[in-house]
Amino acid sequence: MLLTLTTTHQPATDLGHLLIKHPDRVHAFDVPVGTAHVFYPEADERRCTAALLLDVDPLKLTASRGRGRKSTTTPESFTLGRYVNDRPYAASSLLASALSKVYRSALRGASKERPELAARGIPLEVRVPVLRCRGGAEVAERLFGPLGWAVTATAIPLDELHPQWGDSRYVDLTLTGTLRVADALNHLYVLLPVLDDAKHYWVAPDEVDKLLRAGAGWLADHPERGLIIRRYLAHRRALAGQALERLDAKRPTDEPTADDGVSDAIPTEPAPRASLAALRRQAVHAALVDAGAHRVLDLGCGGGALLATLIGDRRFTEIVGTDVSIQALTLAARRLRLDRLPERQRDRVTLRQSALTYRDEQLCGYDAAVLMEVVEHVDPPRLSALEDAVFGYARPTAVVVTTPNVEHNVRFEGLPAGAFRHADHRFEWTRAEFADWVRRVGATYGYSAVVHGVGPDDPEVGAPTQMAVFTRAEAAR
Amino acid sequence: MSVLDIPELALVALVGISGSGKSTFAGRHFAPSQVLSSDAFRAMVADDENDQSASAEAFDALHYVAGKRLRAGRLTVVDATNLQPHARAALVRVAREHDVLPVAIVLDVPEALAWERTEARFDRTFGRQVLARMSRDLRRSYGQLAREGFRKVHVLRGVDEIEAAEIRYERLFNDRRELTGPFDIVGDVHGCRVELEALLTRLGWRLERDDAGRAVDATHPSGRTAVFVGDLVDRGPDSPGVLRLVMGMVAAGHALCVPGNHEQKLLRKLRGRNVKVAHGLAETLAQLDAEPAEFTAEVAAFIDGLVSHYVLDGGRLVVAHAGLKQEYQGRASGRVRAFALYGETTGETDEYGLPVRYPWAREYRGSATVVYGHTPTPEPEWVNDTICIDTGCVFGGRLTALRYPERELVAVPAEREWYAPVRPLTAAPARPDEVLELTDVTGRRHVEHAYGSLTVPAENAAAALEVMTRFAVDPRRLVWLPPTMAPCSTSQLDGYLEHPAEAFADYRSVGVDRVVCEEKHMGSRAVVLVCREPDGGPFGPGGGVVHSRTGRPFFGEPLDTALLDRVRAAVTGAGLWDELATDWLLLDCELLPWSAKASSLIREQYAGVGAAGRAGLPVAVATLDAAIGRGLDVAELRNRMARRRDDVSAYTAAYRAYVGPTDGLRGVRLAPFAVLAGAKGSYHDRDHGWHLALADRLCAADPEFCTPTRRRVVELSDDDSVREATDWWLALTGSGGEGMVVKPYAGPAARSERGSLLQPGIKCRGREYLRIIYGPEYTEPEQLAVLRRRSLGRKRGLALREHALGLAALDALVDGAPLWRRHELVFAILACESEPVDPRL
Repeated sequence: MLLTLTTTHQPATDLGHLLIKHPDRVHAFDVPVGTAHVFYPEADERRCTAALLLDVDPLKLTASRGRGRKSTTTPESFTLGRYVNDRPYAASSLLASALSKVYRSALRGASKERPELAARGIPLEVRVPVLRCRGGAEVAERLFGPLGWAVTATAIPLDELHPQWGDSRYVDLTLTGTLRVADALNHLYVLLPVLDDAKHYWVAPDEVDKLLRAGAGWLADHPERGLIIRRYLAHRRALAGQALERLDAKRPTDEPTADDGVSDAIPTEPAPRASLAALRRQAVHAALVDAGAHRVLDLGCGGGALLATLIGDRRFTEIVGTDVSIQALTLAARRLRLDRLPERQRDRVTLRQSALTYRDEQLCGYDAAVLMEVVEHVDPPRLSALEDAVFGYARPTAVVVTTPNVEHNVRFEGLPAGAFRHADHRFEWTRAEFADWVRRVGATYGYSAVVHGVGPDDPEVGAPTQMAVFTRAEAAR
Repeated sequence: MSVLDIPELALVALVGISGSGKSTFAGRHFAPSQVLSSDAFRAMVADDENDQSASAEAFDALHYVAGKRLRAGRLTVVDATNLQPHARAALVRVAREHDVLPVAIVLDVPEALAWERTEARFDRTFGRQVLARMSRDLRRSYGQLAREGFRKVHVLRGVDEIEAAEIRYERLFNDRRELTGPFDIVGDVHGCRVELEALLTRLGWRLERDDAGRAVDATHPSGRTAVFVGDLVDRGPDSPGVLRLVMGMVAAGHALCVPGNHEQKLLRKLRGRNVKVAHGLAETLAQLDAEPAEFTAEVAAFIDGLVSHYVLDGGRLVVAHAGLKQEYQGRASGRVRAFALYGETTGETDEYGLPVRYPWAREYRGSATVVYGHTPTPEPEWVNDTICIDTGCVFGGRLTALRYPERELVAVPAEREWYAPVRPLTAAPARPDEVLELTDVTGRRHVEHAYGSLTVPAENAAAALEVMTRFAVDPRRLVWLPPTMAPCSTSQLDGYLEHPAEAFADYRSVGVDRVVCEEKHMGSRAVVLVCREPDGGPFGPGGGVVHSRTGRPFFGEPLDTALLDRVRAAVTGAGLWDELATDWLLLDCELLPWSAKASSLIREQYAGVGAAGRAGLPVAVATLDAAIGRGLDVAELRNRMARRRDDVSAYTAAYRAYVGPTDGLRGVRLAPFAVLAGAKGSYHDRDHGWHLALADRLCAADPEFCTPTRRRVVELSDDDSVREATDWWLALTGSGGEGMVVKPYAGPAARSERGSLLQPGIKCRGREYLRIIYGPEYTEPEQLAVLRRRSLGRKRGLALREHALGLAALDALVDGAPLWRRHELVFAILACESEPVDPRL
């Protein structure tokens, strides 16, 4: 991966003094993933270019990348990513690390030979021929533009043989402007990893110090500072909050949880989402209280948001959260701080793995079960197994089901027509489809049910969420 | 000398005062592990065997251990004073919970002798008055033991009798494991004598008749044994005739019989109890009135002597009238008998006023086959290795027998409807869907099967549970998963990580002399289960399934159904349904091109890497060229960057070979290469010549859709043959091919000379293809040197374990094993896939 820095300041070869690297020599530095080379492909009075070439050794890269972000939830997950990846070719946090090592003094603005030159702006041109740019070329413009750079970011096509595949995630980036060399290097040091948005190392708390040091004088007033801080700190909320606080204690803190608007993941439910989730929890909570339930199951509890609500209500004497994902259960345990709850509280809560397509004897005999935003994650042909396991076998006195109302999707801005609200949704039902399902399940398993909407009711397309409360017909024939 | 008879499985309570010699007696007659002594348990929980304050906790632990032993069917002796009713009641309760008989052995020695022994022990510190109280308790106990529920009470009085006593074990009446049949198990007869005689004749039995022409016995020329599941009487036209024949067969040792609820009720009536005469009892009583009184007395004695269930054939077969759950098999208690006679009811009644029966068979997980009757059903169906063979003969259905171990059903139709059913026979529920329980798959599991065994760690099971639940197809259709495949040993040839020479050497070293090299298709693995009928077959709706290597629906609907239709047509065109006499087939295939399924993976992962490399490396080379122009010494770096540039273009060519234009099924091709199983059996014992020949016929039937597998059969001892195959591989991989899979020609289930399973295939991947596995630059000598240190042991082990499970799953499928068992095996394969192995192998 390559980064070149060119000046047309006269005499251009002064760049060697500013970078403290002699233009007629080749400099090599060992870095953890290979060797960083600095050399000058051109160096005369009118124009001088310093090239930083990071020669990544793929074997060292593999050895140092023990902590890969591996997701088991993406279909047939790509486990080879550790071995076949763009890191040797694209600029990233690896290049930023090399830059900070190789141009250490220049980053501080120190120059023994040309101190006055180091202190003022000179005409500069920076080129990064391959930069992974999460969110597209436009984000590069948003990040570098306010800092005084003229930005040319050209998207690189994915495969010229398959033009229909479109552009890759990479851009060929050229920045031109009149800036201090130290500022230019600090911008790159911070913003290259921010654009890449995939740090190669574990982000520790001292990373906040590094960011504030490198961002001195420009980060505080950067219009995209929220985005920069979040990405630089690898989306660790606590650190981002800390950084923002220290950056400017007087101003009100930005909301660190807000979406940065450039996510290239599949669009999720936009703005009203947080409040809708809360409304849903309220509605489910109320339904459980109405049902007079004390011993309750949260089937498919996920990260435990509903469990937290239920724990706060002393009426629930036994709360069982199940999920098929061990990862979700671990997250829920951490979120609920189960290990720190007083014993009496702790004893009310159980988290365990269970799967709704299998009968689970331990789920029998409860007052109520909640399936909150769960059924739409089950393949339609497997729904009958879930129905059997919950309504046929576990047979709680009441069952509360919530699921999206697909008719309402047109009200979500940014959700493409026909798309589901979540990548893992296997279906989303209209109100009629949900009502049919509720009727059929109720008739098959002997439950009566009431259906209503959750969230602001739209006269045309209904509420965003639909809910059914099933009650078991008590009298056995 | 007194001989104490005790059942082989019992809870034996020793009863006696301190110093009566209980521990000595237990030590003499029982193994130390069979004896649970209160002293030992007190020591266990309190470090002091005399610490009376620890008694409650100690007995708690003792009862717990006793329960564990009894559950496992092990004789257990409790060495404690057991002088107080509450102590004995606890033991009787433990015994009943596990349906074993409680037995008491009382050791009664003179108090003076006991005191002498007690005083001689320095650790016993209680006084004489304690012993006196114990003696009083003992005397009080005598009258109570039998009432408390002890089924046998043996009393040994005095030292001599205790010394001379001997234990003799008696088998439970239901334990006839020594009888191995073969058996003809006959369903509910209900007085249908004519049909019974016809059925026995159909089964090859010869009837013996008395002077009056009445059948009184039957014999089978090949020495088979008949087993009657009960309900011989009531409703039908000739209950006495049926009884006469069955009683004769039982008396002659030609048949076994378990009682049904109707026999039970008849017996109560014959003994003068107040019984409601209904459900056809009146007919039997009227028919018996025409018989001499002696016959009726014989009938009563016969019924009285019947044992409620039998465990037969080494424990592999259980016969009971209404079936029997695993926990009750070979046990004896009131509730075991009640279950065997009446089954389990839910307490509800159906619309006809008949009790609703609890579907115990749906939850049955035992290893013994259970054959029973009691509930008339139009068609006998196997459910979890249990079968009800009451086909309602008396209601105008059929009289059915199950031949065991052949598992063939033989039936004769009823002459007429002899009795109108309360609930129409046809209204009986059709085959109940077998259901899976979480405990069938979760936790640390030891899975035994015909090809070996393995332990699935709990965390692997947990991971597999998530994949299975969230992504896999219906377990009824997920009958097999392909095992992972190990690559050949690492080649030391210049520039190669894998080479045919190593693949051949690997097989040669285990004594294989003939292999088949099959081209490794450049697509995705696809397992196709296809039924002859588009919406029929034994696997639920849909007529089959197409799934991926990990059990996910292949494309999703509607493409999967279209694909299945296409395969079905090809099988029909090739004439395989009739030739293999099957209405379904399981095919192992590869679906091409890879981009049809993995286009997003290719685009987002592979193409991106290529794009970055192709954009960056030429710029780096040009920049270095400029530096060289200035006289800088960067030639070596420049050349390395140039080589990388070339490597990346080779890598780009490698992934591009996997991209083909597809639109729906257009452009998609299927390469079948093995026919794994059909209704008549699994084909894992057929050689690959057979499999490929069938695959070729599918290709001939639909040449546009099915694509053949290019291959070479290689004699490993023939150098020319080996050389020719090596050249073939070089040409194949040189023109962008992925490589080949080398398999023992003998077939998927091939074994080595020493009899162990062989790797079913070893892959030998092309040099260029491996760039998309090991990275674009893996051929650089320094990288290759490191990569050659790869270790294959884990991968090979995993491949073999999964292969063995796969074979067992195929057998389970064609043997009609219950769903939970089939699922357990397939689930274990998926769980193996959670094992951490180098994904590049």
